Amino acid sequence: MSGHRILNSRAVKVDAAVKVTGQAVYTDDMVLPGMLRGAILHSPLPHARIAHLDLERARALPGVHAVIGPDEAGGTRFGVSPARYDETVLASDRVRYVGDEVAAVAAEDMETALEALSLIEVDYEEHPAVLDPHEAMLDGAPQLHAEYRGNVCARVEQHFGDVDAALAAADEVVSGSLTSKMQDGAFLEPQAAIAQLDRRGHLTLWSSTQVPHYVQRTVAMVMGMPEGHVRVVKPAVGGGFGPKAAASSMELVTCLLARETGRPVKTVMSREQVFLHSRARHQFFHRMTTGIRQDGSLVALDHHNVMDGGAYASFGIASVYYAGSLLGGPYKLPNMRYEGYRVVTNRTPCGAQRGHGAVIARALFERQLDELAERIGMDPVQVRLKNMMGAGDVTCNELNMSSLGMRECVEGVRDRSSWLERRSGPRTPGRGLGMACGFFVSGAGYPIYRSKTFHCTVIIKLAEVGGKVHLLTGSADIGQGSDTAFAMIAAEILGIDVEDVDVQSGDTALTVDLGAYSSRQTLMTGHATREAAEAVRDQVLAALAARMEVPAEALSLEDGVVKVRGEAGEFEPLRTEYLKEHRGYTDLPDAPFLTFREASRIAFLDQGAIVGVGKYRPPPLGGSYKGAAVGTSPAYGCSAQVVEVDVDLETGKISVLRMVDAHDCGYAINRTSVEGQMQGSVCMGLGEALYEEVKFGDRGQLLNGNLADYKIPTAMDMPAVDTIVVESGEPNGPFGAKEVGEGAIMPTIPALLNAVYDATGVRYDELPLTPERILAGLTAQRHADTEDGDNSG
Amino acid sequence: MAKRIVELEVNGRVHEIAASPNRTLLEALREDLGLTGTKQGCGAGDCGTCTVLLDGRAVNACLILAVQAAGHEIVTIEGVAHGPELHPLQAAFVDHGAVQCGFCTPGMVLSGMALLHTNPDPTDDEIRVAISGNLCRCTGYQKIVEAVSAAADEMGRDRPIDSDTLAQIPGREGGDMEQTSESITAWAQGLATGEDLEALASSLDGEGGDR
Repeated sequence: MSGHRILNSRAVKVDAAVKVTGQAVYTDDMVLPGMLRGAILHSPLPHARIAHLDLERARALPGVHAVIGPDEAGGTRFGVSPARYDETVLASDRVRYVGDEVAAVAAEDMETALEALSLIEVDYEEHPAVLDPHEAMLDGAPQLHAEYRGNVCARVEQHFGDVDAALAAADEVVSGSLTSKMQDGAFLEPQAAIAQLDRRGHLTLWSSTQVPHYVQRTVAMVMGMPEGHVRVVKPAVGGGFGPKAAASSMELVTCLLARETGRPVKTVMSREQVFLHSRARHQFFHRMTTGIRQDGSLVALDHHNVMDGGAYASFGIASVYYAGSLLGGPYKLPNMRYEGYRVVTNRTPCGAQRGHGAVIARALFERQLDELAERIGMDPVQVRLKNMMGAGDVTCNELNMSSLGMRECVEGVRDRSSWLERRSGPRTPGRGLGMACGFFVSGAGYPIYRSKTFHCTVIIKLAEVGGKVHLLTGSADIGQGSDTAFAMIAAEILGIDVEDVDVQSGDTALTVDLGAYSSRQTLMTGHATREAAEAVRDQVLAALAARMEVPAEALSLEDGVVKVRGEAGEFEPLRTEYLKEHRGYTDLPDAPFLTFREASRIAFLDQGAIVGVGKYRPPPLGGSYKGAAVGTSPAYGCSAQVVEVDVDLETGKISVLRMVDAHDCGYAINRTSVEGQMQGSVCMGLGEALYEEVKFGDRGQLLNGNLADYKIPTAMDMPAVDTIVVESGEPNGPFGAKEVGEGAIMPTIPALLNAVYDATGVRYDELPLTPERILAGLTAQRHADTEDGDNSG
Repeated sequence: MAKRIVELEVNGRVHEIAASPNRTLLEALREDLGLTGTKQGCGAGDCGTCTVLLDGRAVNACLILAVQAAGHEIVTIEGVAHGPELHPLQAAFVDHGAVQCGFCTPGMVLSGMALLHTNPDPTDDEIRVAISGNLCRCTGYQKIVEAVSAAADEMGRDRPIDSDTLAQIPGREGGDMEQTSESITAWAQGLATGEDLEALASSLDGEGGDR
């Protein structure tokens, strides 16, 4: 279909064989000579002043090499957004949540390190804590940071069109709310870091991160070192989903301990520490009012949002913008008003997680579309088809739909799920069918810090020996398969096999790349890879053209060989030259064409190193209003989903029977990987809708910081997912490709909410949909029905 | 704590290590033997990333002490492929896109192996039950289920089961999940021999006396 040999195929992942044999090296698998173990002391209190910190007994313990507190760590503030740098490596004056980092040790082994932690004496002077964002905004509430007046870390007000007038003129208006709970990334690999400072003053940090580039900057800033002396390397990473997209105190502590001791230091988070550190999904309190005309035209959205950010800003300023701006699509919505508050409390700090900021807002909006459809007597699918945008449309907040396969997504799930027949067919009590759509950026239009930096560069270098291609990129494969996508792009352009491309990635010493966040790598790093590969191809062809005395335009690289207008051409002298260099070798080329191995060797012999460089920076994007930089993207992905549930009306337990999911990824570089992202997203969405909730006690203590009590879906909770890959051909993406990694989570929660309504007649406004909550809703409904009966009787 | 010499038979080779009585099999594999393919995701038996085979059964290496594992046959992910060829189950994981971040993969493969040892013809539901102790946050499990099923095809669904293998697995015939889980617990509790436990107790006592 695509006319490509490698792209759009199901090429196996370049790292699958090492991962399936246990050879892949994750950070915690690494051991360096003389390596010490780092450990961190966390605050047991949600809010307190540190009256006294005594590190001496810990320092005296045999086997301990360093113990550091805030004095040693320094007071340099860091964070994600430079406008909200509010963290220090160790709490300098006070602690703001249970888990705030207080001190750290490096010791010969973990046992000694933990014993040393127990010898650190901290006198806390407890402050009143505030654990609820609404209470935090009240007068007289404990204040967490001097710079966040009323504990509001970020406030957004946006108004496009005239919402009040549009709602007044609407035929039907629906108002309601949706509250979620704080959720955890629950990636399987806990964060880990190893730091080593050599005698030249060069620091290397191996870290389980999504963003080596930002970690490099933060380490250099906090350590007071030139950026060029800091190298961050990402080994294999066991999932990230957002929480690993910000530099952490753990990484910085590890660097400081390495400097303090002169020895390599490894720090690994326990599972509980992963929960304590979090920087995962915020708790959202959304309120919305939406209006529609009788003909099904959506007219306005009025949106109010309060988010519990926990103790620090992290990614939160972007999260609060995304929660509003991404409702501008994928429907024609002429009037939209948004008021968002990102509030700090004495709980676990929250940040980015798959579908950054936008997931719960999307859930409520799509639930209300369902309600509006019911009010006007229109099928929910029809309402969406009626309002969807298409390529060329621009949202009221100036997001440009350069491609948008909404129709294919919506019709795809409608038809594959037999929606029309099922919705109008005979009803089974407790059974329900729901649908919803999604929408997401394909890469942030701007870096996190103000800069004209290229968002990525890629270097492709041909091995001088010939036949091998080295692809160097700072991008971060965290399991999603970006290394494979880039190898496929290079292989396609150079006419070779994916196995001939050796991808080295995730290392700041290679190239600049902003990393794996905001669903940016396939589009952005993919562009740069294409450019680099084309540069290399052109150099090889130029060298061959000179040797073979044909115009370069007549030459092509395909199927691993060089063709001259589709023929073999006069390649014998070149083969002879190659063979002469390789006396005694076996496995020599004998194809009836000049092979890529020979061609790349000849190119080196004539031209020296063959290196191609690619780069990408988005064009200027977005509107001129405040906050326009968040939500603008070179492209937008969209999705639709139909879910069938069975709600046990006696126990409240929801079984998900079937999911049909469609996603427009522009063009599937790797079909298997696209499906994998879709299925994984749907699974995470199912967990967040039905099970997942980080729980806190009344003193801010984490109650379920483990994977037994914090429940993510198991294989038995997931139905088979029917995946429909839609390819709309994105003009701004490489080969037409755009995101799939995050947008695919968007429809799941609202599709489940709508399916549960279809099954029970209850509109739920609090997540997750636990059996208790379902039963409470059913009971309230029965009481309401009874009262109605009494009144009418 | 005083260490004692423990002999561990891993992937067909006997290794001798000095281990404290409280050293887990997971720590012994990763830190003493350098077999880092076995992962630690929680340290509490919740995630399944440390799954290894112990006498053919899938167990969490973080919940078993190294001293308890002595005298049993252990297979880790490093022992699954023989020579350059991948095991059919590993090959199926590669071909079906069942690997994303890869952190759950070793444990998934070993849980799949344990299943296919005793059930050459599993249904998708049986596969889901077999890997339900292995969490995955990346794939939504679908391609993993497909891979295990494809491996069953490849290995032969009418393949005879080794009756010795079957006899070792408690609860296989019943198929009742709760019963199976109870009998596995009982089996796991019986892992350490009386002699082991005595030695464990005395070394713990010794430790207490030193303090």
